[in-house]
Amino acid sequence: MSKATSGASIELTNVTKSYPNQPQSAVENFSMSINPGELIMLVGPSGCGKTTTMKMINRIIEPTSGSIKIDGEDILSLDQNILRRRIGYVIQQIGLFPHMTIAENVSVVPKLLGWDKAQIASRVEELLSLVELDPSKFANRYPKQLSGGQQQRVGVARALAADPPVMLMDEPFGATDPITREKLQDEFLRLQATIGKTIVFVTHDFDEAIKLGDRIAVLSERSQIEQFDTPANILANPASDYVSSFIGEGAALKRLALIPISSAKLSSTSATGPSVEISENLREALDHIVLNGGAPVPVTDAKGKSLGSISVKEISSALGADVSSLGIKKGK
Amino acid sequence: MDYDLSLVLPFLIKKADEILELSTEHVLVVLISLVIASIIGVGTGLLVWEKPVARSAAVATAGVILTIPSMALLTILIPIMGLGWASTVFALSIYSLLPIVRNTVVGLREVDPAVIESARGMGMSKVAVLMKIQFPIAWPVILTGLRVAAQLSVGIAAIAAYVAGPGMGAYIFKGLSMLGAANALNFALTGTVVIVIIALSFDAVFILINRLTTSRGIRV
Repeated sequence: MSKATSGASIELTNVTKSYPNQPQSAVENFSMSINPGELIMLVGPSGCGKTTTMKMINRIIEPTSGSIKIDGEDILSLDQNILRRRIGYVIQQIGLFPHMTIAENVSVVPKLLGWDKAQIASRVEELLSLVELDPSKFANRYPKQLSGGQQQRVGVARALAADPPVMLMDEPFGATDPITREKLQDEFLRLQATIGKTIVFVTHDFDEAIKLGDRIAVLSERSQIEQFDTPANILANPASDYVSSFIGEGAALKRLALIPISSAKLSSTSATGPSVEISENLREALDHIVLNGGAPVPVTDAKGKSLGSISVKEISSALGADVSSLGIKKGK
Repeated sequence: MDYDLSLVLPFLIKKADEILELSTEHVLVVLISLVIASIIGVGTGLLVWEKPVARSAAVATAGVILTIPSMALLTILIPIMGLGWASTVFALSIYSLLPIVRNTVVGLREVDPAVIESARGMGMSKVAVLMKIQFPIAWPVILTGLRVAAQLSVGIAAIAAYVAGPGMGAYIFKGLSMLGAANALNFALTGTVVIVIIALSFDAVFILINRLTTSRGIRV
């Protein structure tokens, strides 16, 4: 999967946030280096400081000490408002402006940046199509006329308006129902594959982190990094009991969902039953096997041509394989 | 007391010019006071909404002003501002402050914090957030404050006739002072009814302004 990379690198060094009258810092000595175009998930229980950490990157919260650099530039010396116009910001409550139409909401930052009208209009159209909202239908509606999922898409479009290299997302899909959430997540992955932003994404949902993240930082109190690695590596080798407890039940099943069938060694013996496509993941394959009475199932390519079969044995051995080779993720 | 209804119409016809003049004055004095009170009240609200101490002080002060009986306030104003328009406009303006200041503060504070945070997060300055986001969202609430102030002023303006102020109050006081005379009740009733009509008209105008100036996105 080739990724367009329009993102910037982010470097946080010894970032600390402490509040007066509070004995403990909210965030203590947080350091992290994020590559351009990477989607970083900050996961942790509520109150662990993950949101505070994220909000220091656009200085909604000012760090007490430490340094934050975007593409090598020290952002703490920049004007706050200028900085924020270069960082997309999506929050759980979305915060669309109720008195403005969808088009007006999306054009706020381009207007602040002084774009001309024609440029703004075409950008609005482009963005609404990008988030799969028909511009002719939605541009002149007001937020209250949209469903929660549609509003969230507008929130993402608005954050992308001025094509910022960095996006900050604070549980953006947290308030939607499970079906809408999954749809939004899938759309979001597709979108990120084409826009390649550097994204810091906060969530308390570890499954969401596995699904979306290039790398996951599991955080504990005061935003201490317990482990910072790819989803596959964290699932295969949790660094501590804390991380294991966060992964929860079924770590192996979660890992299977990250591994494409193509990275398992297929058996050449023929099998009968419902076939799976090679582009599916091992969890899908296992699902088919279970429904097939435990017997191996045939594997086909996209055109339906048989490539062999897969059984529980091949699936298990794929899990036992060197995890670094499983780093490739999200088969689709 | 018998009241001869057949005398009402001739009275109204005879006094038509005067009634029109006094009601115009009544509307005018309320409008002038409302404009002054809006500038001061909304301005104060914009300045203090976020500062707890200043906010409480402003609302409390406006509240205390409203507790001064209008007759007493007008009497106090005579030696300072004299009889007539000046005292009336001054009194009506300061009485109007409470609903205007309070509704401005409440309206601005009621804006969803998530909306303000996302506006700030997009790089809007504090002043831009206040004027382009909060104010338009708070507008219907602020307008309600103005509407209440207008109602209040229409009523209090009637009392201002006591200090020779403009408006229909003159008829009510005239009627009271000549109680027992033939036209006493005609004067008092005409004054009262016309004032009620003025109040209702102000209300209608405010409903119209609300329709015309509130974004469709936040209209209920």
